[in-house]
Amino acid sequence: MSEGKDAALRAISKPSPFGPDLDISQYSRQPRNWEPCPISSLPEDILRRALEVGVTPEDRERAGTFFQIDHSVIYRAIQRLFEDKIEIMSAKEALEKYDWLKDYWWRIVRVDTDKYTALAELAFDQGYFIRILEDQKITLPLQACLFISTDNLNQNVHNIIVAEPGSEAQIITGCTLHHTVHRGLHVGITEFYIKHDAKITFTMIHNWARDFDARPRSGAIIDDNGVFISNFICFKPLRSLQMYPTAYCRGVDARARFNTIIYGLGNSYIDVGSKIVLQNEGCRGEIISRAIAADRAQIYARGFLEGAHSGTRAHLECRGLILSEEAAIYAVPELVAKTQGAELSHEAAVGKIAEEQVQYLMARGFSKGEAESLIIRGFMDVSIFGLPKDLEREIQRMIDITAERAL
Amino acid sequence: MREPILEIQDLSVEVSGRRILNDINLKVYEGEVHVLFGPNGSGKSSLIMAILGFPAYKVVSGKILFKGKDITGLPTDERVKMGIGVAFQNPPAIRGVKLGSVLRRLTPNEEKINDLLRKVKISSSFLERDINLGFSGGEIKKSEVLQVLAQNSDFLIFDEPDSGVDVENLRVLGTVINEALQGRSALIITHLGVILQYINANIAHVLMDGSIVCSGHPTKILGQILNEGYAWCEKCLKVRTLRCEL
Repeated sequence: MSEGKDAALRAISKPSPFGPDLDISQYSRQPRNWEPCPISSLPEDILRRALEVGVTPEDRERAGTFFQIDHSVIYRAIQRLFEDKIEIMSAKEALEKYDWLKDYWWRIVRVDTDKYTALAELAFDQGYFIRILEDQKITLPLQACLFISTDNLNQNVHNIIVAEPGSEAQIITGCTLHHTVHRGLHVGITEFYIKHDAKITFTMIHNWARDFDARPRSGAIIDDNGVFISNFICFKPLRSLQMYPTAYCRGVDARARFNTIIYGLGNSYIDVGSKIVLQNEGCRGEIISRAIAADRAQIYARGFLEGAHSGTRAHLECRGLILSEEAAIYAVPELVAKTQGAELSHEAAVGKIAEEQVQYLMARGFSKGEAESLIIRGFMDVSIFGLPKDLEREIQRMIDITAERAL
Repeated sequence: MREPILEIQDLSVEVSGRRILNDINLKVYEGEVHVLFGPNGSGKSSLIMAILGFPAYKVVSGKILFKGKDITGLPTDERVKMGIGVAFQNPPAIRGVKLGSVLRRLTPNEEKINDLLRKVKISSSFLERDINLGFSGGEIKKSEVLQVLAQNSDFLIFDEPDSGVDVENLRVLGTVINEALQGRSALIITHLGVILQYINANIAHVLMDGSIVCSGHPTKILGQILNEGYAWCEKCLKVRTLRCEL
């Protein structure tokens, strides 16, 4: 038995320190089988759900596409213009093709982190491999969809993203399910390797169902002068979501930024954090999180900055808005400075919609409902994330679609 | 017979159980510009909040009529839609809500917005900023005036449009406000009366401890206040009270 499997077996009952402990045996391992096909030939209801998480069937709008339903990879393609610039394939295919990939597998996220990482090793259901070749600047976003079509299914994916030196790309990953799926568990391992002078902007959108559980586990290593920007958006109710991705700024002048917008509805239990570890001279980090809790939602918004080297700087900003008496937001910012030359700061604010803001807008003729809606939308404004304009517009469009229904 | 556009009858208002306005009576006719003077804490801004119907300002007696209709029980947005526009003194900052999105709601006419921007001498990039967030004193006044003019209301209220504004911006704002007042009715609150250099007001009132104690010609009253301070109003009040008792 391999070392990884052995470690996974030992960790298969190990709960995560955060979030509700799930009985992983309660989920089905019997997926529906899907044959490969072009995305555009998928049923309309799947396409609609995919579009809500930023995955379009229009090939010309994306440099490359990966689409997985349940445990089957149904589509992967690269637009002709980008064929010699990027690689997209299933993780299994990539492991067979590249012997060196084993050096990237479970190297940032530990296989024995908890029962979910262990499950992803022992019951591995594909995922994607994306590689941006050296010095290639990809002008259109790449997209990946991890879709669930079977009720109560457990889907465990392992994704590897390698940005070779000097490369640059935007990647949109949408995780969602069919409208007939109510329960299930998605475990997503994603390991990012941002090599020197490379830049990756990664946007992940989760749209699940009321009784669904999600446990993403991500990590990034950023080398000299590399940039990693991670955006996470979750607007639909679900039973539980827990994640705490970590970015290790390993190289000189490496930069990492996490932007998170969460809208907790229904009985959602959401525990989402971001960690940045500054390990070299000139490293910079920023965590910005916006959490809105409605109905009976419980949201933990965590942030962790570690200054492990002098000449580093990072900031954490967490804001929460509570829309219901029964909802709660716990903002948990942590700063650890291990050297004198690390400048770390944070600001956190949690509260309800300010009455004076509502009245002010009403004095401009907005009704109370319109004023509150405008304030909530403003709270979810993505322009502060410093994204490319096209991506910003696209994320704003997705926020508008989901916020429309949520509000 | 002329009807007042705004009529306040025996209005008394409480905030958190504390009386802040007492038996206020005020009539503003079409085309009239009224000025409200008063020391800090006298209730000037509270009167505006009460006219707007902010929930914290509880009317304990009296009523407010606008265009002949009793608006005392109406929510703020309905009062505003009837034609009341207010430029606030200290408006709240709202993250993520762009000034432009509020302005475009007030008027969908982009040409009008651009024209207003030119008038208040401010660049269009200002519209992309979060409303009142990090605005300087002058920018707040300009933003408020922009919004009120975009609203195109029949009755305008300006709460201290001249406080915290430098000379240059005061001239710009004064000119724009004066132009906006032509043919309109208005109530202007001012602490030092500087704005009166630019606008022609018809009548002024002095508010002390939540009551209107004096009404008269704006420049005459302002002159007395600048010379003797509000002590003059207290003295005047005593004299008038004595006269009444006699």
